[in-house]
Amino acid sequence: MSRRWLHGCAWGLRARLLFTFGLLCVVTAAAVAGGMYVQARNAILQRTQDAAVQAMTSSLEAAFPLRSASPGPAELDEIAGTVVDGNSSAVAVYHGARSTAGLDPAVIPAELRSAVARSRIAWQRVVWQGSPVLIIGTPLLIVDRDRTSRASGIEVYTARSLLAEQRSVDGLAASAWLTGGAALAFAVTLALLATRGVLRPVRELGRAARLLGEGELRTRVAVRGADELADLARTFNGTAAELERHVEQLRAMEADARRFVADVSHELRTPLAALVAVAEVLDEEATRLPEPAGRAAGLVSQEALNLTGLVNDLIEISRFDAGVAALAANEVDLAELVGATLQSRGWSESVQTELAPAVTARLDPRRVDVILANLVGNALRHGEPPVSVRLRADPHRIVVEVRDHGPGLDDAVLPHVFDRFYKANAARARSEGSGLGLAIARENALLHRGDLTVTNAPDGGALFTLRLPRRTHAPDGGPR
Amino acid sequence: MKLGGGSRVLLIEDDPAVREGLELALTLHGYRVRAAASGEKGLALLRAEAPDVVVLDLMLPGIDGFEVCRRIRAGGEVAIIMLTARGDDLDVVAGLEVGADDYVVKPVQPRVLEARLRAVLRRVGRDQAEVERHGELTIDRAGLTVAHDGVPVRLAPTELRLLLELSGTPGRVHSRQQLLESVWEHGYFGDSRLVDACVQRLRAKIEKDSTAPVYVQTVRGFGYRFGPV
Repeated sequence: MSRRWLHGCAWGLRARLLFTFGLLCVVTAAAVAGGMYVQARNAILQRTQDAAVQAMTSSLEAAFPLRSASPGPAELDEIAGTVVDGNSSAVAVYHGARSTAGLDPAVIPAELRSAVARSRIAWQRVVWQGSPVLIIGTPLLIVDRDRTSRASGIEVYTARSLLAEQRSVDGLAASAWLTGGAALAFAVTLALLATRGVLRPVRELGRAARLLGEGELRTRVAVRGADELADLARTFNGTAAELERHVEQLRAMEADARRFVADVSHELRTPLAALVAVAEVLDEEATRLPEPAGRAAGLVSQEALNLTGLVNDLIEISRFDAGVAALAANEVDLAELVGATLQSRGWSESVQTELAPAVTARLDPRRVDVILANLVGNALRHGEPPVSVRLRADPHRIVVEVRDHGPGLDDAVLPHVFDRFYKANAARARSEGSGLGLAIARENALLHRGDLTVTNAPDGGALFTLRLPRRTHAPDGGPR
Repeated sequence: MKLGGGSRVLLIEDDPAVREGLELALTLHGYRVRAAASGEKGLALLRAEAPDVVVLDLMLPGIDGFEVCRRIRAGGEVAIIMLTARGDDLDVVAGLEVGADDYVVKPVQPRVLEARLRAVLRRVGRDQAEVERHGELTIDRAGLTVAHDGVPVRLAPTELRLLLELSGTPGRVHSRQQLLESVWEHGYFGDSRLVDACVQRLRAKIEKDSTAPVYVQTVRGFGYRFGPV
């Protein structure tokens, strides 16, 4: 059942409707026209036969009484002559003898002859020389004085052409075909109109639903008429309006939330600036302070720096959200850039590098530095050594891979690595860094029209892959 | 710890806590700090104290930081470091255009600010070389003066240092990164807009037509070159 349904679904709605309409029309036309044809044909033939038989018996009665019980050819000719009229021929047969002219006895089928031999009037339609012929055979009976009758042995056959009847039956059939064909054409036209009437709104709804799915939330369809399709269109419009309202609400809420974060971050900046300034003073004096004030001072100083990092990251990401982050692209040697990133953070010794030489690309070195620092810092903090950075390039893009050799990331964690504030381990209340580092790294990659992805290396360890377009084809902007 | 060597710093910052915090920290680093809460007070102190460097917040009540910067530049060649809010890129560009030598982003760690202060305060090495002539430009490396067509040109500290750096090796191309390291003492990831803005200001002062520069020429995609004149 389900398979047949699926099969049905493989046809379009239009094809199915057309097929159904056509089939319905053919079946109806065939039933009506066929039935009428058969009935009319039978009626025509029956009437012809009845009339012919009637005419034959009445003319034979006129030939009675027979002049001899064993007639010669002349008498047989006479008998045959009495039953012939304008459009029939006849033959009278008596044992071996026959009347001289008229119907050739060879035409008479054997069954007809045997039926007549059993003293019955019989008739049969045969095709002779390509045209239909009705052959009627009758035995001549002898009525005795005691009113019993017996066969005289004389048989009379007439053949009557059915050409005229055939023609009118053919005419009937032709008109049945014609009517059926016209009805079919009409039905197909109607079906086409009907399917178009049904399909246009269906197609419109489909297009609208697709647009809606693509995010065109203002999409509506025109409501025509008052049928089920109009109901469907109204329902669709209602749903779309509701969806639009909800999405707008959510967007507004999200924009509010992001603006709030941006505002809070900006507001935090000034007190934080004071705090950071003082924290360093505290930090430098901490060794001279008595315990526990010294340790407290150290903590305050450290946390002020952490808070600064967090606020800076929040401001950075809110700039991405607001779409105001800008690229300051420069022609840069990638190996030099990676080296500078590692060196400026004191990581040169702890990170293995495999850097293709003389790879240049047009990109924002400070943003790429942010990406690399996040990836390498992450690998050093959370992964296992050795941490490696590999640089490859083809004519269109550069690929930087950063990996460690630890156990890698959980499959459940992988899709969320670039989420904001995502904590792989819920037990770890606060990680080093703001929790925004990888999100910012990814935003920076996207800003370059590149991407940043993560997988687990086949032989263990998390593998981050940064792909950036080179865009070095400006004729006068290329490297020397 | 007395890194500042007694250099005089004028701090113009309206937020009292930030002002006091930076004052404490810079004093600890060995600077003599005078602080002003507004642009007007800062300009008054500038005339009275003749500081070596001005640390200038851009967001000020009354006359704003840009205007203060413009007025300081109109009156002299003291080094100026802007305090800008993070992410306000337009402020950075605008500040550099009106003559700031360098900038730091708030909230700033005092040690970072101190490193920048040291860089802008670094004395340009005077040598006994002859006075150089490049076309109509005269550079006196001993007296640290520059004249164009006989008329003295007043250059801000970084402008002078950039010109000396470029003209020291005429015809050689300097990348922005190299200039950031040698002139600003920034690392590899310094902001190349500092170089571009400084070059623009320098051209405005020494070139006849700064859209068709003769002395400081751009090498597209790589950096800058002095000459050939």
